Amino acid sequence: MNPAFATASDPVPRPPLLSVNGLRKHFPLKGGLFGRTTGVVRAVDGVSFDVAEGETLGIVGESGCGKSTTARLLVDLITPDDGQILLESRRLGVDLDVRELRRHVQMVFQDSYASLNPRLTMEDAIAFGPRVNGMPAAQATALAHELLAKVGLEPRRFAGRYPHELSGGQRQRVNIARALAFSPKVVILDEAVSALDKSVEAQVLNLLADLKKELGLTYIFISHDLNVVRYISDRVMVMYLGEVAEIGPVETLYANPTHPYTRALLAAMPSMDPDRRTQEAPLSGDPPNPINPPSGCRFHPRCAKAESVCSAGSPGLFKLPSDRHLVACHAAIPGSGHSLAGVTA
Amino acid sequence: MTDPLVEMKDVTVRFHGTRTVHAVNGVNLTLMPGETLSILGESGSGKSVTLKTLLRLLPENRTEIGGEVRVAGADVLSLDGRALANHRGGVVSMIFQDPMLALDPVYTIGDQIAEAVMRHEGISRQAGLARALDMLTRVRIPSPERRMKAYPHEMSGGMRQRAMIALALSCRPKLLLADEPTTALDATVQIQILLLLRELQREFGMAMIFVTHDIGVAVEVSDRIAVMYAGEFVETGTVRQIIREPRHPYTKGLLAANLHGAVKGERLDAIPGAPPALETKPTACSFAPRCLVRQDRCETARPPVVNFDPGRMVRCIHAVEPAMA
Ligand SMILES: Nc1ncnc2c1ncn2[C@@H]1O[C@H](COP(=O)(O)OP(=O)(O)OP(=O)(O)O)[C@@H](O)[C@H]1O
Ligand SMILES: Nc1ncnc2c1ncn2[C@@H]1O[C@H](COP(=O)(O)OP(=O)(O)O)[C@@H](O)[C@H]1O
Ligand code: SF4
Ligand code: SF4
Ligand SMILES: [Mg+2]
Ligand SMILES: [Mg+2]
Repeated sequence: MNPAFATASDPVPRPPLLSVNGLRKHFPLKGGLFGRTTGVVRAVDGVSFDVAEGETLGIVGESGCGKSTTARLLVDLITPDDGQILLESRRLGVDLDVRELRRHVQMVFQDSYASLNPRLTMEDAIAFGPRVNGMPAAQATALAHELLAKVGLEPRRFAGRYPHELSGGQRQRVNIARALAFSPKVVILDEAVSALDKSVEAQVLNLLADLKKELGLTYIFISHDLNVVRYISDRVMVMYLGEVAEIGPVETLYANPTHPYTRALLAAMPSMDPDRRTQEAPLSGDPPNPINPPSGCRFHPRCAKAESVCSAGSPGLFKLPSDRHLVACHAAIPGSGHSLAGVTA
Repeated sequence: MTDPLVEMKDVTVRFHGTRTVHAVNGVNLTLMPGETLSILGESGSGKSVTLKTLLRLLPENRTEIGGEVRVAGADVLSLDGRALANHRGGVVSMIFQDPMLALDPVYTIGDQIAEAVMRHEGISRQAGLARALDMLTRVRIPSPERRMKAYPHEMSGGMRQRAMIALALSCRPKLLLADEPTTALDATVQIQILLLLRELQREFGMAMIFVTHDIGVAVEVSDRIAVMYAGEFVETGTVRQIIREPRHPYTKGLLAANLHGAVKGERLDAIPGAPPALETKPTACSFAPRCLVRQDRCETARPPVVNFDPGRMVRCIHAVEPAMA
């Protein structure tokens, strides 16, 4: 288990609820006349992290960095090339089967419309999963009504409606209800509130907080909105080109970002203070794609602190002295050879 | 005294079709040359329609526009022929969230810009190409000489956005309309484009109306903000006034929803409900069904428009005294 989980108030490290080790997924890149493989997209390349019971882990990073692929690997929608997924210390494919994993780890996507079958009423959409899993029809319908009420949709008004008869925010509530129908332990929210208007998004964020408290849920919250991630997360993981750049408690990470990429990402947030508008863009150019990523630290071509050690070798995640804070940057690793790092470990 | 560059008076836009949509319901706006305004609002509030009205880009046969629109002295609603063509791109120019709405996929970037300048200014192809190169340099596209010969699909997202800006500014418009040009961009690219727009706006001395649903973006690019709800401006003011002394309940709710001052672990002051469908002409306060400080009279008559000073307006019965929830 990852020792990073021990905290001062929690002397005995709790085993993580969900744990991922060295997860890897490469997609072949087809091209040319005969659809031959011409390259490989390193969508997720050696990702490891833990999620403790009852916590919310935020995942941030720019498009294409591998957030959704990580999420889809976690629910086995795609099969990893390598790596382990453990739920309550049981390993997928060894003493945990896919059906059980999927029941305990549910996912809500960004596109509320595409996620719902246009020909199913809301009550049927929610009852569908439990029914397929053997729940008697009447009981599944009763459960659907209960869940509709739980996500703030009066069953009497909404049970018989079709997806096109709901607003985006209401559809997303139904998608949440549908995920909850399996009494999951973990809910992965992949940009689940991103398409909603701000005022509706705030309602759904309140709902997520209520449900978490009531049902003791654990969230993995993927978003490009760093304000929302700060508000909702206990810990945050920053990804860059298929790898973890930094992971740590939310306030540590926002107040004291250590990886140069995390710093850039935070500095790129538009200012909310008219007297302190942003004066300089922290990075230039577009984020590169994960086809043939740079050697060593993948951020080195864009990093102002890059030195020769950075292109020579990959830094790997290093545990900082402060609690549960890990960073993959030579400049923060004593003895790495980077001039900004200390000499001894 | 300088004349305003843009004047919109009681502008209404209605779409007819299988159902009628009252998209814009009495917008008043005055913009001076070189001024920057953000229109802040949620999806469907009428932001894009307002911009398109200024360019007369709405489908003529199904759209009913009322009120008065003047830009640089011209009566926009009665423009046609050459005058309209010169208005679009020459006087007023627009950039979009999707650059492919502005860029032609079958011509190189250099040719597209040169062509636009030749058409509007009647200059030679040589001079047009020179302007194109100058514009690509100004929007800081790396190796601009090489990019002159690139097609839009050969460029990355951020680069296409820069190319679209270069095209939009190539004829030195007096007014730039920006419809969420950075919404689809990654954070580190968005800030580059916002800073670029801020700089070019100053350098060219042009006015800009920037549409966004992100308050932070509005703060970065503009001097003033107009908050739009259900086709109306419910509050206008300087960026400082809107951020620090919001007076309309919707503006306050929007700030809370943007997590302005949110405390971790505490519930957000979310606005309940959803925006209205806009199928009928508003006869009351459009925000009343969602408003936590509404009174009976909010639902029977249109709230007063309170103008504090030029540019500072609040459309609410509580505009003068703060409301007690
Ligand atoms: N061509 C059209 N025909 C009919 N209705 C339209 C047309 N264009 C816009 N509308 C309607 O007008 C209203 C305002 O639309 P508009 O596109 O301006 O909103 P917006 O604030 O820009 O929203 P978004 O942020 O989603 O783009 C909406 O109800 C929309 O459905
Ligand atoms: N089925 C697929 N085939 C090829 N490439 C893929 C596939 N799914 C994802 N990718 C690529 O993997 C990278 C990571 O994707 P994704 O995890 O979806 O990013 P995001 O962080 O935006 O969610 C991207 O470059 C994406 O194009
Ligand atoms: S390892 Fe080097 S290049 Fe990578 S982030 Fe750290 S300093 Fe920059
Ligand atoms: S006019 Fe009345 S309903 Fe409308 S915003 Fe003001 S208080 Fe609320
Ligand atoms: Mg994604
Ligand atoms: Mg729009």
